[in-house]
Amino acid sequence: MLNVLFYTAATIGVIATFMVITRYHAVHALLYFVVSLLSIAVVFYVIGAPFIAALEVIIYAGAIMTLFIFVIMMLNLGAATIDQERTWLTPKIWVGPSVLTLILLIQFLLVMFNTGLQGNEMMVIEPKEVGVSLFTQYLLAVELAGMLLLAGIVGAYHLGKRKKKILHRYLETKEDHG
Amino acid sequence: MHSLIEWIVLLPFAGFLILSVLGKYLNKNLIGATGVGSVGISALLTFIVGAGFLAQPTQIFTVSIWRWFDVAGFHPQIAFHIDSLSVVFIFVITFVGFLIHLYSAEFMKDDDGYARFFAYMNLFVGSMLVLVLADNLLLLYLGWEGVGLCSFLLIGFWYKEPDNAAAARKAFIVTRVGDTAMAIGLFLLFYHFNTLDIRTLLGEIPGQWEMGSPLATTAAFLLLGGAVGKSAQLPLQTWLPDAMAGPSPVSALIHAATMVTAGVYLIARMHILFIQSPMVMMVIAIVGAATLLIAGFSALAQYDIKKVLAYSTISQIGYMFLALGVGAWSAAIFHFMIHAFFKALLFLGAGAVILAMHHEHDMFKMGGLKKQLPVTFWTFLIGSASLAALPLVTAGFYSKDEILWYAWAGERGGVWLWLAGIVGALITAVYTFRMIFITFYGEQKTEVHQKPGVLIKIPLVVLAILSLVGGFINLPHNFGHFDLFSQFVTRTLPGIEIDGEVESLEWVMQLISAVLALVGVYLAYVFYLKRSSVYEDISAKATVLKKFLLYGWSFDALYDKLFVVPVVTLARINKGDFIDFVYTGIANINLFFNGLLSKTQNGNVRWYIMGIAFGAIVLIAIIFTL
Amino acid sequence: MDNIPMETGFIIAGILFTLGLTGVMIRRNVIFMLMSIEIMLNAAGLAFVFAGSFWQQADGQVMFIFILAVAAAEVSVGLALIILIYQKFKTLDVDKLSKMKG
Repeated sequence: MLNVLFYTAATIGVIATFMVITRYHAVHALLYFVVSLLSIAVVFYVIGAPFIAALEVIIYAGAIMTLFIFVIMMLNLGAATIDQERTWLTPKIWVGPSVLTLILLIQFLLVMFNTGLQGNEMMVIEPKEVGVSLFTQYLLAVELAGMLLLAGIVGAYHLGKRKKKILHRYLETKEDHG
Repeated sequence: MHSLIEWIVLLPFAGFLILSVLGKYLNKNLIGATGVGSVGISALLTFIVGAGFLAQPTQIFTVSIWRWFDVAGFHPQIAFHIDSLSVVFIFVITFVGFLIHLYSAEFMKDDDGYARFFAYMNLFVGSMLVLVLADNLLLLYLGWEGVGLCSFLLIGFWYKEPDNAAAARKAFIVTRVGDTAMAIGLFLLFYHFNTLDIRTLLGEIPGQWEMGSPLATTAAFLLLGGAVGKSAQLPLQTWLPDAMAGPSPVSALIHAATMVTAGVYLIARMHILFIQSPMVMMVIAIVGAATLLIAGFSALAQYDIKKVLAYSTISQIGYMFLALGVGAWSAAIFHFMIHAFFKALLFLGAGAVILAMHHEHDMFKMGGLKKQLPVTFWTFLIGSASLAALPLVTAGFYSKDEILWYAWAGERGGVWLWLAGIVGALITAVYTFRMIFITFYGEQKTEVHQKPGVLIKIPLVVLAILSLVGGFINLPHNFGHFDLFSQFVTRTLPGIEIDGEVESLEWVMQLISAVLALVGVYLAYVFYLKRSSVYEDISAKATVLKKFLLYGWSFDALYDKLFVVPVVTLARINKGDFIDFVYTGIANINLFFNGLLSKTQNGNVRWYIMGIAFGAIVLIAIIFTL
Repeated sequence: MDNIPMETGFIIAGILFTLGLTGVMIRRNVIFMLMSIEIMLNAAGLAFVFAGSFWQQADGQVMFIFILAVAAAEVSVGLALIILIYQKFKTLDVDKLSKMKG
């Protein structure tokens, strides 16, 4: 039964991702992306990574996508952008890149099928195991990731700050000096 | 005494080094003392060595300083060889050189380049000594090039005037033509004999190359080419009149006494090679005769006092070549020595006159200097008398007369060569005394600016005495067999046989040349002092001839048309040649591709991403198919 | 876990990755480009987790966590920049942002 679940979730994920990149309305695309992320989370669960499935839902779909939606709502683009998107997504535009990526995909598949891998049993890997590995073997990387996030926070704050306009004192009006 | 020879050569080089490195820190007196002193001590050492040499009649010796290099069995040494020929030459170089240095200590004392002048002069004396003392032809060539370089540096001494620099370049380039011929001659000699050592060559040439063989003739012609270039004979004589752009002491030392006689030295030194090819000997004699006539006639029309002396030098060296060509080796060397004395004297005197006339060179603007500059006048008169070969009292008479006699009577001589010499002697007398009468007699046209000091007068007087008495060491055969000089020189060079039974006719030849010299003086007197109406008529009608003679028979114009114009035209045509096209073509291809590729940098992010994807495809394809 | 063949996971990851790449290349709106980049990151993480469970180690999941951290930081800074771009250029057309052309 898990097989069926796996393949269904995978199919839904692929279709949803395809819909993401072909929508005109930004919010529609984002919602489709959320669906894709959720189905991928199901896939994660099936192959024995429950911790990652949870993280995917919480952080990726829950935080990052929400951030996206907030920014789009803040920008308040309006209906004109939707028409603009329609004009920008003509067949002339997407034929070339699609061919290129199709070739790339075929190459990936060829490479993968030529390096003979034999499959082991897939086992569930408990969160505890992941945690132990994180804080003993990859401790340094965790600290670095923390620092990266700190940098991201500081950068985002600074970039988003509203700047006060400062006039040169000679451009101020005379009334300040009586 | 062996070790003294090295010092004769090394002292002038030491003077050059000191003056070129420390020149700007020393004061003028010290510079003068170094410059004059180095050559003076060399002269002293030469006297000592020469005296020692004379005391032992048959000795020749070689002093080797070090081995220059050793490649594939060819190992020339830096070695100096003394025999009677080189003793004569080093005596003239150091002694006359010392007098000229003394003169220039006063002549150049107001010049800014005082130290530079003496440095170059010392370098010149050193190189010339290397040239005449060299043991092998490679070292001789080193000295040859060295004197060519110093000639260039000294002619263009006042380099800020473009004319002087052009004259220096002309001298260097024209002599270069000769130098190249000589180098090819050296290659030929080395190829056949595998050595350039002079003693060895002179010993082996008669054995390997028979008389008149084409190889000997070719080698002799090539060496003659070098000699002709350095000695300003036909066809390479065009540089010497222009070289008068240098200071007068330079003209005296280089272009009268020493460098231009390097060709004479070369031919005398390699006499065995020249004897092996009689055709080249005849060519030497003809070149000498033709040159002396051409230069003599040209000197008649000059108005610059130094140019008269320049053409006169060319003419007198023509006499030396004439003597060499007929085989009168010792006569040529004798005339070289005497000519060095009186020509240096004349140039130094001309320099004193020019200094007095505030750097005015035109004779026709001078005049009436007889009373104003007495010492200069009398010494100049003695020098001119020697040049014109006035009979019996002057040294020039004895030396020139010996050449004329052998031109007639020698076994390779002939009546045409003698006739050329005799006509040349007449012309010499005419132009010499023309120069005297115009410069020193008549009414004074320019004020005397500066009278010569003692350092100028001493060399003039010494050289004047030598011009008078120098001839008495070698009297002709019918005055008694007092031929000290020939005896001395024929230790090294062969003697000359007289053709037939004409020895008794020697006095007839002497009478003819004496009479002609006096006739020449009289003609000059009539034309230029008394200004007879006949002369005025001829002079007014002969403007074309005068112009032709003034420009040295228009050799400059001829060479310009023959050589300069075609080369310049070819260079202009070839300005956009195909070799340049290759180099600019590479640059143009680069520019083209740059234009193409810079269009891909359009700032469009999606374009860049497509590039990345494309690159990824290619990379994966390469990695996984290899 | 049943016999889900090894390659299936990688095929899925590959398809998702190329879809994301296509999205980056064909969309002209900056927000869509950023979204497509997220798709690519997610696909890469999927591949990591598959490999980790294939080798039966926790390393794949650890890698995914780091990818997540990177994606989070990148999105926050990227969106802040997008806001600034919109304020300055009044448009979200990425072709207008071509001042660094050669």
